[in-house]
Amino acid sequence: MFRRFVLAACLAALPALALAPEAHAQGGTIRIGMTAADIPLTHGQPDQGFEGNRFTGIPLYDSLTMWDLSAADRPSTVIPGLATEWRSDPADRTRWIFTLRRGVTFHDGSPFNADAVIWNVRKVLDREAPHYDARQVGLTASRMPTLRRAEKIDDHTVALYTSEPDSLLPINLTNLFMASPAAWERHRANTPNAEAAWNAFAAAPSGTGPFRLTRLVPRERAEMARNDGYWGEKARAERIVLLPIPEANARTAALLSGQVDWIEAPSPDAVPQLRARNMVIAQNPQPHVWPWQPCFTQGSPLADVRIRRALNLAIDRDGLRELLGGFMAPAVGTVAPGHPWWGNPGFNIRTDRNEARRLLAEAGYGPNRPVTIKVQISASGSGQMQPLSMNEYLQQDLRQVGFNIEFDVIEWNALFTNWRRGCQDASARGAHAINVSFAAMDPFFAMVRFWESKMAPPVSNNWGHFNDPRFDQMIAAARNAFEPAERDAALARLHAAGVDEALFIWIAHDVGPRAMSPRVRGFVQPQSWFVDLRLPSIQ
Amino acid sequence: MFLYLIRRILYAVPIALAVGFFCFMLVQIAPGDPINAIVPPDAPGDVVEQVRRDYGLDKPLPVQFGLWLFKVVQGDLGRSLATGRPVWSDLSTAIGNTLMLATCAALLGFIIGCLLGGVAGTFRGSILDRVATTIAVAGVSVPHYWLGMVLVVIFSVQLNWLPAMGAGPGGSSDWAWNWEHMQHLVLPAVTLAVIPMGIVTRTVRGIVAEIMNQEFVTALRGKGLRRLDVFLHVVKNAAPNALAVMGLQLGYLMGGSILVETVFSWPGTGLLLNSAIFQRDLPVLQGTILVLAMFFVALNLLVDLMQTALDPRIKRA
Repeated sequence: MFRRFVLAACLAALPALALAPEAHAQGGTIRIGMTAADIPLTHGQPDQGFEGNRFTGIPLYDSLTMWDLSAADRPSTVIPGLATEWRSDPADRTRWIFTLRRGVTFHDGSPFNADAVIWNVRKVLDREAPHYDARQVGLTASRMPTLRRAEKIDDHTVALYTSEPDSLLPINLTNLFMASPAAWERHRANTPNAEAAWNAFAAAPSGTGPFRLTRLVPRERAEMARNDGYWGEKARAERIVLLPIPEANARTAALLSGQVDWIEAPSPDAVPQLRARNMVIAQNPQPHVWPWQPCFTQGSPLADVRIRRALNLAIDRDGLRELLGGFMAPAVGTVAPGHPWWGNPGFNIRTDRNEARRLLAEAGYGPNRPVTIKVQISASGSGQMQPLSMNEYLQQDLRQVGFNIEFDVIEWNALFTNWRRGCQDASARGAHAINVSFAAMDPFFAMVRFWESKMAPPVSNNWGHFNDPRFDQMIAAARNAFEPAERDAALARLHAAGVDEALFIWIAHDVGPRAMSPRVRGFVQPQSWFVDLRLPSIQ
Repeated sequence: MFLYLIRRILYAVPIALAVGFFCFMLVQIAPGDPINAIVPPDAPGDVVEQVRRDYGLDKPLPVQFGLWLFKVVQGDLGRSLATGRPVWSDLSTAIGNTLMLATCAALLGFIIGCLLGGVAGTFRGSILDRVATTIAVAGVSVPHYWLGMVLVVIFSVQLNWLPAMGAGPGGSSDWAWNWEHMQHLVLPAVTLAVIPMGIVTRTVRGIVAEIMNQEFVTALRGKGLRRLDVFLHVVKNAAPNALAVMGLQLGYLMGGSILVETVFSWPGTGLLLNSAIFQRDLPVLQGTILVLAMFFVALNLLVDLMQTALDPRIKRA
């Protein structure tokens, strides 16, 4: 009798249990499982890399210039944001005039104007400013390295000054998000110091973005509601809920069990199962490069351009793509052919092992005398795709051509630290190349920091100590080209020269895979690290 | 007894100092740089150095340690390098969540462990004993993060009965003891309960079997006591040792399981430590480990006192 009762009770409970997860689904609310372990900072300059900009930067805030994220079939370019137009002053090329968009208000109702721009520049560049925030400096100043100060011309016009003529400034400014000075001042009045005021601001932030933050539970969730007073095209979804789920299997399970509607970076192993359950997998090449960055100093075999070219020709990128279940795009340069900065390189990167062997023989190597190359790599890491399996594949594959590849596997954080120290530092442990993937959205991060001689460690990421006056001149020319078309042409010449000299071993571009429920409609995956959360809605 | 209590509390001071010091040094000698918690990896050198100065990370290590210790003595665990939030604010929330999970897992594990161990010890050599021992060995041997993933696949992905992650539909901050929230607790609690269940089963089995062989039990039986009455005597004698093991297990559970909390995205101390380790968030790492170590010390003291209360033969003086 008792057993029958227990069995009946269990059977009666089943429908209730089975229906439980469905209770989470609500119309107009998109729940997103992020790869981050915490909610990216919400005070206006997010951490957690570009995932932070993607989810708590662009949706909550706007910048003077913005990325066009509306199309999937062309590279994302810079478009007007809170500035409607800008120009460099011909009389003083370190001075830029920005005309501000009129009628924009922050979420707290205060107006966006020239004073707000100056306040936001000072928050990261002026140590004497009452609202200066050291945390935001690290997250911002590095992405606009030449910006020095701002000056008000009138309520809707500001002048920005750079340390040297720099045509790249409008691109860099996509990283400076505009927070509300009035809202911050209100928080400051109730807090003991500026740091506490910024913490309070992060809990109830105010930007001009298409979404407003309505709830923040640190480390657990952030909820954003549509900003119906947005100055541009309004968001279709009513609410966005962000959930940090750092473990890939947990993200997949959350999507399959209906707890979220969208996950970032599903594991390639899970994709067949996701597709079998009708989930939509979105991908598109990103301005991301997964390379081996050579050491150019004396004694490194990669100081010889023939060996760098041979390596670029020997790699079977299609095989690697197969290994990753299709989730990569072959890289034949820092940007892809067709990009405004692609140029016209004479060296055609492809898989041509005969030519690779010929170049190796010319350099004095061959099957009986393989060239040994030591690469410092990590076992995992943000943006690193799957470094162990990818590198092991390359190691086995390149052996046939005459390369003896050795790895120095170190922890991701340590690899980053070493990246700033250069290949002559003891931390490189004799490595001839380093495997750190990077974002290539703006020219400084895509090329300048690697190829300009003054960017050698400890200044920036010219890890290989590359030093060629020709490249310094090309970079200076690009920085001094103030017409967008002229600037792009200069950057294209720089990129083409970099490919011709095989300044990287270009291997893969990430395609930013994300999986989502078929209920999510209208999503566009641009050729960018970012997405426009105004576009998707949920049925 | 009072002096014993004072002495034990004073013992916690050098333990706290040692934990703080070793944790600080371990993070320092680990590869990588705590500055990476604050600046992106591609930041130029001058920005890195400026931020390093702003955060006092350019000071000599003994000075950094001394400054941290000075604040801790005043009850300030500092601020997270990565988020700027006070460490205690994140830590207290995480401890609450872990406490809830650990208590549920401990109750589950201890009750099942005591039952299985008691039965196995009483009926040593029987089929019941073998079944209980097999379950205990499996519980100790199965990697719990693997078990967690299997449970998620079965109960969340395939059957869609239970949520796969999180601490409630609205996060842990609006937790309520109703089914909508408690269903989030089921899978992580079961996963976490498996190891203590196995350990307690084996311990209780051993203790009960040993006591059952003692002469006083034969005497009790000879006096004609019922089996239940004899069993109650056995339980009373087994309790102090079983309690000591359970206290240790509870301490481990309170520390939070990094793996289980990560698999279930449960916002406890394990997940907090996990992200702090990867971000080299020194203040969070040090503060969390220090508080957990003190928690462990306090729990051990509590168990010792409870042992004394249960068994007056154990003197604490």
